[in-house]
Amino acid sequence: MADGWLKAGLGESGAVLLQAGGQWDAQNVTRLDQQLRSLAPGDNAPMVLDLDQVERLDTAGAWLLYRTVKARRAEGGQADFTGLTPAYQTMLEQVAANDQPAEIEPPRPPTLVAILDRVGRGTVEVGEEAKQQIAFLGLLLVSLAGTLRHPSRLRLVPLVYHMEKVGFNALPIVGLISFLIGVVLAYQGATQLQRFGAEIFVVNLIAVSVLREIAILLTAIVVAGRSGSAFTAEIGSMVVNEEVDAMRTLGLDPMEVLVLPRVLALVITLPLLAFFADMMGLFGGMLMCWGALDISPGLFLERLQGAISPWSFWVGMIKAPFFAFLIAMVGCLEGLRVTRSAESVGQQTTRSVVTGIFLVIVVDAMFSIFFAAVGV
Amino acid sequence: MVAEADPIIRVQGLRTQFGTQVIHDNLDLEVRRGEILGIVGGSGTGKSVLLRTIIGLNRPAAGRIEVFGQDVAGATPEERLALEQRWGVLFQDGALFSSLTVAQNIEVPMKEHLGMPARLRDEIAALKIAMVGLPPEAGSKYPSELSGGMRKRAGLARSLALDPDLIFLDEPTAGLDPIGAANFDQLIRRLQVNLGLTVFMVTHDLDSLHAICDRIAVLAEKRVMVIGPMADMLRHEHPWLREYFHGPRARAAQPQLREGPDGQLEEVRT
Ligand SMILES: Nc1ncnc2c1ncn2[C@@H]1O[C@H](COP(=O)(O)OP(=O)(O)OP(=O)(O)O)[C@@H](O)[C@H]1O
Ligand SMILES: [Mg+2]
Repeated sequence: MADGWLKAGLGESGAVLLQAGGQWDAQNVTRLDQQLRSLAPGDNAPMVLDLDQVERLDTAGAWLLYRTVKARRAEGGQADFTGLTPAYQTMLEQVAANDQPAEIEPPRPPTLVAILDRVGRGTVEVGEEAKQQIAFLGLLLVSLAGTLRHPSRLRLVPLVYHMEKVGFNALPIVGLISFLIGVVLAYQGATQLQRFGAEIFVVNLIAVSVLREIAILLTAIVVAGRSGSAFTAEIGSMVVNEEVDAMRTLGLDPMEVLVLPRVLALVITLPLLAFFADMMGLFGGMLMCWGALDISPGLFLERLQGAISPWSFWVGMIKAPFFAFLIAMVGCLEGLRVTRSAESVGQQTTRSVVTGIFLVIVVDAMFSIFFAAVGV
Repeated sequence: MVAEADPIIRVQGLRTQFGTQVIHDNLDLEVRRGEILGIVGGSGTGKSVLLRTIIGLNRPAAGRIEVFGQDVAGATPEERLALEQRWGVLFQDGALFSSLTVAQNIEVPMKEHLGMPARLRDEIAALKIAMVGLPPEAGSKYPSELSGGMRKRAGLARSLALDPDLIFLDEPTAGLDPIGAANFDQLIRRLQVNLGLTVFMVTHDLDSLHAICDRIAVLAEKRVMVIGPMADMLRHEHPWLREYFHGPRARAAQPQLREGPDGQLEEVRT
């Protein structure tokens, strides 16, 4: 079967004769469309479209033919078909019956307006989000208080399940990162301190920075990327599937079923993870000191006792549940804010990680100021 | 144009299973060129799975599937692409791309496969939108902003985007209002007549089965138990078939059919 073709010629009594033939279908319309559009508009001579040699006509091809005739008639000219089989006739009629322009995209404002629009929306959005976070915090606390009053309502199985996922399963990556950071700190610190002959103080450097700041901060960031995003994506997909709506109609509180187990799981496990990170960081530092600086583990531990007070340890640990609460809360909230499209799941997941890390660092700074003020 | 002899879909000895659960066992089916074949069967008998297997989304455990004479499982990527341009699929719940508007959804295959210019795409998309009975303003809506029935129509419009030779429909009229469903039946019929379209339709809609299906295949006991025109189904003795085609809902769907002789059954399908 031949590809679709179109020949322009002169018909009887000065009419423009357009001969169409071959396959007038979706596969061929791109070419035929160009050909038809490039036809000289001509004078007002009547136009005849001859379909005698068309082997196949589908809606796309019929649309082109119909459009050509319609345009000519709209200009006040004459245009007609010849060589129509009944099937082509019906096809053309069907196309004519369905000729209505449709909107393709929501209307788009001009560029400048669009930019201003985006800035404005972004600003309002930030305020809106802060408001929602505070409202959500309230809801969460109410729900938490309810659970404290009726501990039997706590969903233990999901709690343990999430503890395993966010806590236990994160051990390898958290441990590895802390270990490496301990190694790096020891190495970098040693090269600087060696110049003053004070390399023994590298133990103080490692102990204080790992215990007070680095271990917990790194753990929180890893967990925000790992579990905060997972919370958002899980809850968000449920929103897309209308599962959360279904839950509400069944009298289940999504707060209690979805949010609380996740928040509690993270609040319980993040301090444990942080402790593990502390140990791995120190271990990494100790190995490096031993290998590169000839500070034996025994000496390292001895210096360690002198270098830190229990508070150095507690300053880090106290922050863990707060960070956990923030990460989990943001993760769940962003998940519930998903609208019913796949794209929105991705958007909210990104937002959840970014906001989670941002809040963790802001709160960490606030803790630093607080601890400085109380003098520990 | 219509070659009667060779079937457009030929399934031989098909076996599909998920783990140990066998869905189809030694299933044979032939779909003739230019017919509308209705697939019926109880819920969970594997109608959707059969459809997905034929279009190559599930790998069969055994058996051979040919579409347009081409072995689906053994097709090279190029052959598959060519196949995909010749068939359209409407999934059970529309399966529209949620980040695109309805019109953009319809334009996806035109853009990807045929590289049509934007203006022509928009024109044809508008045509398809009207054809499936959606209002013009639906074109710029996102799937999440549509009702279930509208999503279905949009999905149908997308499956028709390239004017395929063969379309697979999974419960197309479920979720449409009766008038919309009847219009939809007529649309399918019209396209089938005008384009020589072959339709593989999973449906529970007795009105559709009566109104437009040339043949009906009944899926039961892991295979195609009976296949034939409506008249055969009405005569068949199998208890499930009697229940299905003579139950209370079936009687409502076909009052005028029961009087005349078999010859008259054909006439009602217009
Ligand atoms: N991806 C899958 N994994 C495992 N089992 C599946 C999968 N998809 C379908 N099944 C099983 O295959 C069987 C047939 O499912 P199918 O969706 O084809 O039913 P159906 O005939 O279309 O029913 P309905 O009329 O309700 O749509 C069911 O028992 C289902 O549980
Ligand atoms: Mg199904």
